[in-house]
Amino acid sequence: MNKRRQFLLNTTALAASSALPLGVRAQTPIKVGVLHPVTGFLAYSGNLSRLGATMAIEDINKAGGIKSLGGARLQALLGDAQSQPQAGVAEVEKMNEAGVSAVVGAYASAICLATTQAAAKYNLPHIVDVGVADQIVERGLKNTFRFGPGYKTVTEASIAQLHVLNTVAGKPAKTVMIVHEESLFGTGTANLLSQQLPALGLEVKEVIKHANPTRDFSNIVLRIKAVNPDILIPANYYNEYALLVRTLRQQGVQPKAIYSVLGGAASSYKFVKEFADAANGVLDVNHWFNPKDKRAWALKKRVDAMPDQFFTYEVYMNYTALHLLADAIERARSAKREDILRSLESSKWSGHVMPYGPTQFVNGQNIGAAPLMMQVQKNDIKVVLPREYRESEPVFPWKA
Amino acid sequence: MKKIFIFTGLVALMPVFVTSGSVLNLVVMILYATLLGQAWNILAGFGGQFSFGHAVFFGTGAYASAVLQAKFGWNAWAALPAAIALGAAAGAFIGALSFRYGLRGSYFALVTLAFAEVFRVLANNVPFTGMGVGLMLKLEPGARNFQLERAGFLYVILAFVVIALLISHWLKHSRYGAWLQAVRDNEAAASALGVNVFRVKLGAIMLSAALMAAGGVFYVQYFQYIDPSIAYGPAVSIEALLGPIVGGLGSVWGPVLGALVLNLLGETTRGLVENAPGVNLIVYGVVLVAMISFLPRGLAGTLRGLKR
Amino acid sequence: MFEFGIVFSAILNGLTQGAVYALIALGLTLIYGVLHIINFAHGAALMMALYGVYFLQRSFGLDPYVSLVVMVPLMFAAGYAAYRWVIGRASHGKDENILLVTLGLAIVLENLALFLWKSDTRTIETGWTYKMVPIGPALLPLPKVLAFAGALAVAAVLLFFIKKSDLGRAIRACAKERQGARLVGIDVEHVFAMSFGIGLACLGAAACFLLPAYYVNPTVGNGFVLVAFTIVVLGGMGSFAGALAGGLLIGVVESLGGLWFGESLGQMGIFLIFIAVLLFRPQGLFKA
Repeated sequence: MNKRRQFLLNTTALAASSALPLGVRAQTPIKVGVLHPVTGFLAYSGNLSRLGATMAIEDINKAGGIKSLGGARLQALLGDAQSQPQAGVAEVEKMNEAGVSAVVGAYASAICLATTQAAAKYNLPHIVDVGVADQIVERGLKNTFRFGPGYKTVTEASIAQLHVLNTVAGKPAKTVMIVHEESLFGTGTANLLSQQLPALGLEVKEVIKHANPTRDFSNIVLRIKAVNPDILIPANYYNEYALLVRTLRQQGVQPKAIYSVLGGAASSYKFVKEFADAANGVLDVNHWFNPKDKRAWALKKRVDAMPDQFFTYEVYMNYTALHLLADAIERARSAKREDILRSLESSKWSGHVMPYGPTQFVNGQNIGAAPLMMQVQKNDIKVVLPREYRESEPVFPWKA
Repeated sequence: MKKIFIFTGLVALMPVFVTSGSVLNLVVMILYATLLGQAWNILAGFGGQFSFGHAVFFGTGAYASAVLQAKFGWNAWAALPAAIALGAAAGAFIGALSFRYGLRGSYFALVTLAFAEVFRVLANNVPFTGMGVGLMLKLEPGARNFQLERAGFLYVILAFVVIALLISHWLKHSRYGAWLQAVRDNEAAASALGVNVFRVKLGAIMLSAALMAAGGVFYVQYFQYIDPSIAYGPAVSIEALLGPIVGGLGSVWGPVLGALVLNLLGETTRGLVENAPGVNLIVYGVVLVAMISFLPRGLAGTLRGLKR
Repeated sequence: MFEFGIVFSAILNGLTQGAVYALIALGLTLIYGVLHIINFAHGAALMMALYGVYFLQRSFGLDPYVSLVVMVPLMFAAGYAAYRWVIGRASHGKDENILLVTLGLAIVLENLALFLWKSDTRTIETGWTYKMVPIGPALLPLPKVLAFAGALAVAAVLLFFIKKSDLGRAIRACAKERQGARLVGIDVEHVFAMSFGIGLACLGAAACFLLPAYYVNPTVGNGFVLVAFTIVVLGGMGSFAGALAGGLLIGVVESLGGLWFGESLGQMGIFLIFIAVLLFRPQGLFKA
């Protein structure tokens, strides 16, 4: 946020607070449930998500809290979903009793399905931070709001953008091979791709499904070598993605492009840092911040300065989710759940760092939400499509 | 028997006096864990056959119910007996195979683990289970759809637990139960005395599987979602065996005590040290080891020992 | 898919992958064969060993293969202590209690790792990571070839030790007949602790060979436990030669199964074999 806005906000807050009698100055804090899987196999993403959320709450409070409620501060109630739905539900129950005004979380789709339902019983607003399964917003629950895109949106965007990429380059790619992880996101993505790619003149030569975790990719890479697709499309989580890419490099397998959809590691600064050589050239259609927004870069700088932290989508999607909530509370002028629900429903918030444009929720889904396409170039991640957010020209096909 | 009545009465009255959603949820989860433990206890505590893959029956029941509802439009209540029957059938299959070939002790334990994994991989690859995507139940709240209010779910799981208690009580005092415990204590001697060891063990595993399947059905109705790793993964298998061992193997109330203590332990440690994820589970693990260390006969066993 | 070059490569991949499984199973088979306990903490112990190798490289620049000298004794000491002061004491000799104790230990270790080192996946890169060894039409990464050699070496050492040394004889005695061994004056608890220590020392070696080709995070051990158990049963509980052969066999089955039936479905091959062996030949394919 620029200095002038900051100054205006500060003076307004000061003026507002000084207009109140001293005793009322300390408003009751607004409790917000921050629920993520911070232990168990999803701990890495869960902890990053929590980081984004707590940073946001800190920033919101530092900027003067909820002005329309006399500078009331947000108070985080941290919850651990323990990487399973059962624990997530138990936490929602506790948060409800602690009197939270809303819940933000819970990263993983399976957990989100359960937590949003549990929250619905109490008409408790639940903002889904990541959870890409479309079922989350297709159940008609009035309390569920997903700010980011679901995997159908992401996959369809990836198909459209791949078509653009291929066409502009003169259609060098004709064959595709998909390697996906076996659970919800991988299978769903692979299905959609298999259905729609042929219509664009891209033959899906083979689809390989693998387990979580997969200990070794040698044979999968053998198959890739044998099939020799023009484009390899991986859809998996960080660990498997990193192993796959490393094995590809070891075996000297180089397709015309590695085109990931919600690639586990592709748009991860951690991956780029640790697998520098193997990572270059990788394309990814994924959650990403608006590269034209200076505030996003300022935020990145802060996170980069923290030891062992990376500016990943878990961080900024939670950061924006909390700000979405703050804006809704601000406009509702109330910390009551029904008021926040109504406020979210009618939200047109555009003060975010995501490439979504003004917010608009339809049946709980922000219809402006969309992914971006990035490419790892010269050991850095650059947005290549759509044009309005482009930082660098895509290199397709990739020449090592 | 008197104890069972008192227990049922106390728990049934809870929704009347307790309004806290999180406490009621905890009670439901404790009862659910109890049911899983009771199922495991029938085969392991009374029958002496330890299983490491009890999730195989849980998952079968869960998927049976979910598939019948989601793909064939069955009513949830109608799916319940079908799922239990299918669970028992899985028990019969695995039991027949394992006992026919004389698997015992660790071998039996490991084979159940292997079966659970086989089913998990199958569930991940067979289209009608939704594969990795899992199955979601359509949200249609209402008693006729087995999608109840919290109190409703509490009564349903309580009913299951009471049935399991009655079965356990019956096992302790009936002739069949005596045969089963004889097989547990000394299979060769039991056989020499004329007990049909194979049939007795088969009966136990089918009973155990049926109860486990009921637990699976309950899970699906309560959380409305199932996927291969929840259904057949190690978490459920571990949950099933922790309670009875801590609470006291081969006793009627062991699984109840065990589930209660472990869940309360989990709750108290949950709030510990918020900002350092993992510390609460370290404490949980340490307490678990300490409990085994100081109460080797389980809680029920120790209590019984104290009485004398 | 059936082309010779691919099948040959797949078999070699399977052998090298299987070698790593064998290294993990060697320790487990000793622990199972002697103490008759199913060590649920084996995966967590492997994870700790992997972290050990990782930090030795990060903080002291020690190449993972050099770290063998550190990790093996370190893990041995940890195993001895764990058995003597925790497992042995807590379980009072009851099987189901040992199960829970090792389970509890696994929970503690996994979350201790999470607390100390967070959940980030960590990898190391050495000069060997991208060096490839061509064997016929196959191209094998050097770390994997070294792992294969390592498994053979460790198995050979163990076999020699168990047959020729006094401790080895004592271990065999305790495994066969606990009471009898006690009666002839063997300190059974000490022998058990030594066995557990050696079992974990094998994991130390396994970690040194595994990390260059893999990664570490707090939950990494879980992916290997089931396979390790399968191999132990396949090879015959307590047999080192069996664990080695079983490991290699499982590696190849997994590899070819994945190649022909898909990676996901191919996993089932392992467990079907497991079940078949348990049903039809529970003493394992090889004599103990």
